Amino acid sequence: MIVRQTGGVKELLDDLDRWRSAGKRVAVARVVDIEGSGPRDPGAAMAVSIDGEVVGSVSGGCVEGAVVTEALAVLAGDRQPGIVTFGYSDDEAFAVGLTCGGTIRLFIEALDW
Amino acid sequence: MTLYDDLAAAIRAHDPVALATVIEGPNVTGKLLVHADGSHTGSLGHPELDRVVARDALAELEAGRSGVRHYGPEGETTPEDLVDTPVVRIFVESWAPPPQMWIFGAVDFTAALAKVAKVLGYRVTVCDAREIFATRRRFPMADEVRVTWPGPMFDERGAQLTARDAVCILTHDPKFDVPAVRGALATKVGYIGVMGSRTTHAKRMQRLAEVGVADQRDLDRLMSPIGLDIGARTPEETAISICAEIIARRTGRVAPSLRDGAGPIHQ
Repeated sequence: MIVRQTGGVKELLDDLDRWRSAGKRVAVARVVDIEGSGPRDPGAAMAVSIDGEVVGSVSGGCVEGAVVTEALAVLAGDRQPGIVTFGYSDDEAFAVGLTCGGTIRLFIEALDW
Repeated sequence: MTLYDDLAAAIRAHDPVALATVIEGPNVTGKLLVHADGSHTGSLGHPELDRVVARDALAELEAGRSGVRHYGPEGETTPEDLVDTPVVRIFVESWAPPPQMWIFGAVDFTAALAKVAKVLGYRVTVCDAREIFATRRRFPMADEVRVTWPGPMFDERGAQLTARDAVCILTHDPKFDVPAVRGALATKVGYIGVMGSRTTHAKRMQRLAEVGVADQRDLDRLMSPIGLDIGARTPEETAISICAEIIARRTGRVAPSLRDGAGPIHQ
C-alpha cells in the first residue's frame, strides 16, 4: 500500500474554495482516530462535492470508495453527520476493511460552517 | 466571515490554529476555533465546555498534536464528574508543526530526556560530534541523530527555532557547551537548559564571558543548572525535572528552578 502523507485539510483548501465559490455543497471526511496499524494519522482528510468530485485521501486507497458513498449520503440528508468506522474488529464496521488490519474512524460532515 | 474562512486564512498564513469539533454527543458538528493566543470563536454548545476545550486545544496546538478527547456536556473532565454523564467526544485538530527539542551530548541523560520529550510531542534531535556515541542504535527514540559540532548545526538550522522549541545542552564539556550556548542564544528558541553542577555552571559562565557572552539579557535566558529542584537523581527523574521546567517556563507558573536556588543539586 502506498501511503501519500499530506497535510490533510490544508491540501484541500484550494479545491474547497473553488467548490464553495461555485455554489457547490461539499462534505469533508477527516480521520479522527486509528487503532492498531493504520495508514494515516488523525487529520488526514478528503472532500467530496455534491456532483461527485473527490480530493484528498484518508487511507492508502482501501476505504475511499465507501467514504464517497457516505459523504454523498450526508449531503443528500440520508445520513446524519457523524463517525464512520472501518476495520475488522468493530461492530459498526463496514464490509470494507483496511488491508493492514487496523481500524480507522472518520468524522464525516457537510462543510456548511 | 465563516469559521471555515477564518480557519483557511490561518492555515494559509501558517498561523498555528486548532479546530475542536463535537463528533459524538449533543450538538454533533459544533465547532470551536482556537488561535495560538488563546482567542476562540464558535461554540461547542456550552460556555464552560468551550472554556475547558479552548484551554486543552491550546496545549494540543503547542504540542502540534491532533486527537479525540472526552468531556461532560458542561466541560467536566474528572472521572468522578463524568459518572452518569453523557460523554461528549471532541476531535481537536491542530495545524502546527510539532515543537522541536535539540539535545546536545549523547549521554545516558540524553536517552531518558529524548524519551520523555517524545511523550510530550516533541520532534527530538540528538547532536554530538563524537561518532561512536551519536548513533541511531543508542537513541532509537530520537527522530534524528546528528554527528556534528553545535556551531554548524545552529548555522544550518538555528533560524527554524521558535519560542515553542527547546535546546538542552547536556554535554558537561566546555568544548561543546560554549559553542552550543552561543549558538542557542543567537536563535529565538524559547528554552535553553544547560546541565552541570553549580561549580560547573560557575566555570562555564567564566568561559562564556571570555568569549564575549556577557549580556545579562542573554544570560537570563539560560536555565543552568538545568531542571526543577525536585530532587531528581536518575536520568529519568532528571528528564522529568527538565521537561517540567520547560512546561513551567512556557505557562509562566511559579515552580522552583534549580537555577534560582543555592546549595548542592543532589542532597
